[in-house]
Amino acid sequence: MNVPVRQAIADAAPRKMSDWLLRWETILVGLLIVVIAGNTAISPYFLDIYNLSDATYNFSEKAIVALAMALLIITREIDLSVAAVIALASLATGLAAESGAPLIVLLVVGPAVGIVCGAFNGFLVTGIGLPSIVVTIGTMSLYRGLAQVVLGDQVIKQYPKDYTAIGQSYLINWPPLPYSFVIFLVLAVVFAVVLHKTAFGRKLYAIGNNPVAAKFSGIPVERIRFLLFVLTGLLAGLAATLLTARIGSTRPNIALGWELEIITMVILGGVSIAGGSGTIPGVVLAVFILGLITFGLSLINVPGIVISVILGCLLIVSIAGPILVRRLLRGR
Amino acid sequence: MTLSSTSPSPQGGGPVLSLDHICKSFPGVRALNDVSFTLNAGEVTALIGENGAGKSTIVKILTGIYVPDSGEIQVGNSPCSFSSPRDSWAAGIAAIHQETVMFDELSVAENIFMGHMPVSASGLVDWLQMRRRAAELLKRIDADFDPDAKLKQLSVAQKHMVEITRALSHEASVIIMDEPTAALSRNEIDDLFRIIAQLKAEGRAVVFISHKFDEIFRVADAFVCLRDGERVGSGKIASVTEAKLVSLMVGRPIDQVFPKRDIAIGSTVLKVDGLSNATEFADISFELHRGEILGFYGLVGAGRSEAMQCLFGMTPALKGTISLNGKPLSISSPGDAIAAGISYVPEDRQEQGAVLPLGIRENITLASIASHVKNLFVSKSSELQDVRKLGKRLDVRAANWEQQLGELSGGNQQKVVIAKWLAAKPKVIILDEPTKGIDVGSKAAVHDFIGELAEEGLAVILVSSELPEIMGLADRVVVMQEGRIADIFTRGAWSAEEIVATATGAQKVA
Repeated sequence: MNVPVRQAIADAAPRKMSDWLLRWETILVGLLIVVIAGNTAISPYFLDIYNLSDATYNFSEKAIVALAMALLIITREIDLSVAAVIALASLATGLAAESGAPLIVLLVVGPAVGIVCGAFNGFLVTGIGLPSIVVTIGTMSLYRGLAQVVLGDQVIKQYPKDYTAIGQSYLINWPPLPYSFVIFLVLAVVFAVVLHKTAFGRKLYAIGNNPVAAKFSGIPVERIRFLLFVLTGLLAGLAATLLTARIGSTRPNIALGWELEIITMVILGGVSIAGGSGTIPGVVLAVFILGLITFGLSLINVPGIVISVILGCLLIVSIAGPILVRRLLRGR
Repeated sequence: MTLSSTSPSPQGGGPVLSLDHICKSFPGVRALNDVSFTLNAGEVTALIGENGAGKSTIVKILTGIYVPDSGEIQVGNSPCSFSSPRDSWAAGIAAIHQETVMFDELSVAENIFMGHMPVSASGLVDWLQMRRRAAELLKRIDADFDPDAKLKQLSVAQKHMVEITRALSHEASVIIMDEPTAALSRNEIDDLFRIIAQLKAEGRAVVFISHKFDEIFRVADAFVCLRDGERVGSGKIASVTEAKLVSLMVGRPIDQVFPKRDIAIGSTVLKVDGLSNATEFADISFELHRGEILGFYGLVGAGRSEAMQCLFGMTPALKGTISLNGKPLSISSPGDAIAAGISYVPEDRQEQGAVLPLGIRENITLASIASHVKNLFVSKSSELQDVRKLGKRLDVRAANWEQQLGELSGGNQQKVVIAKWLAAKPKVIILDEPTKGIDVGSKAAVHDFIGELAEEGLAVILVSSELPEIMGLADRVVVMQEGRIADIFTRGAWSAEEIVATATGAQKVA
């Protein structure tokens, strides 16, 4: 074989329209447009700016936790205890309010509880080496159980006005933007930059695709995973602070089942449950799609149970669809 | 299934299986072009070629995973088409893969009879009969383990035996072995070759795929050589020399090992003193100099990789000191080692070295990513500068630098992994079996490159189980045996016999 004259290797493959069209984020943008068009068609109230603003209340708190959950799932871990952390953090906030603590304490106690819960999860997973799905199923019961033991069948309602105002008023009056939505948007930008532009983000993808090779490449795999559990706990605590301020009460069943809604946002956003791939823009798009479908359906008075059936089907179809299409294309 | 129900014909029998003008293309690649050959009963046929020559495609066609675009497969004298692995299995073809694909949590007997378990009159699995037949089959190849043992309790060599037994259970007439010796020790390889001889004697046709020429000449009767998807040679193994096979494979004559470069040995760079861990190695002491290539030779399990991984901070040391350029080092993680200037190219490329789903660029800069951070962000242009330079230097063959590493051939993957470790700008580079499982062409490139590194003043540790490689490249050879340094030999004052005898713990040749 004569050694052929070799040309320099290109930096990247030539850009093709089809690659761009088949990107998951592109599909999600299409889906979002369909949802917005559909909602506009079925309800005249949908495009009202105040209605839209109120709609963000329904998903912003979950979406904040979804950002951290996305990083965790990219590194092949998961945290099922987030909703229970929210319950425990909300309880702590409530107890602080009952004891007459000042506003700054009410704002900080939730995230602080979240950090402790996240660190405990992280220690069990990375320090002892237990699988995260098992650990967080356990701590899910543990954290919510603790909240229920302390609370019994009580409800804490004595929250000061300056605290509840954070959950019930706008941070910016025009366009009307609630605190929780603004926090979500800012965090989304920060997370996107960290994941896609920094060395830390690169390391997360390396861990998710091959943790052994990542370790051999000098990446402190366990320390990074521990940090992500703490971060997820922190954001769950922050979500608890915002949620408690919005509804102005703490009940034992607060945020019940949210962990699945949060994971749904992450998976629909294109983060592989096997780890190693996914983007923050994808997760943000999924958040809007899920939030607006829920909002649109509730505008035309579809019951909540039916909405969850519809969202379940959407998740399955949107995950299975591209796989089936790819299989068909390959089969030709 | 008439073919396999009767006992295969005795040694030297006629054709069992033939491929006629097989072609197979994938988008953009012609994997096989008009390939024909015949397998005879009672013969071992070596299928050879560089990585990417089309060997795996042949195996996948024979085992029904791929369907050829054109051409015909004949089993016995009747044409066959396999549209699924089941068809191929039913025609009497069994394959033993590089990495065994079986069921770790199931018993040996269940693994042997998976898919065709004996069934009693009531329609349930006949466990008694299954166990009895499994024991009989295992005895036939002198395998001395319990049919009830769980597969995960067995060694790789024993798992190979289970796969062979599985093929026997079906009276397979063609047995394909794809690099079966890659993970085996010397004794285990001897056992395997004994079993292959027995399969031959029973009149089965064996296809043997290996990169190791000594094995091919030891075990094969015939050969088929592929290059770029075409058959470039075939015949009796007795009629060719190793040099001839190599030139067939690469299309040009090639030196297996590049001539040793003349490099001045400089001052001491790395000094290891009394390094020990709890179980695998003890009292490892040596010095490594600038420009030196220090070989580490020993049998599988002698503790070479374990000692190197400890030196690199992957596993904790029990005692011992390490110093670099006279300064004592405390290494508790690979990050510490990399920062100090020690790079380690691990043995298991797929698991430990490469992140296959990521791109070439991301792999090359993985261990040195901090040096590409400009104002908090990773600078892609800075990365690409390194990638282009190292990629060119190592002659990486790829479509572009964003291509997934998993899409490249094994040899090119290894070049990318080595590039990653050079990007970390090491003073000491440890290469653990750097040419394991890669083709001859890439192997020569890697050998040449190791010499180049030493010439540039790096201190190189070369861990290898291939004696020609060690003796061709190293200035000194540390021979390990059962976790300890048995002896250190110097170039010019060694012989292959002496080194092997020391490694095996045999009496020294006088």
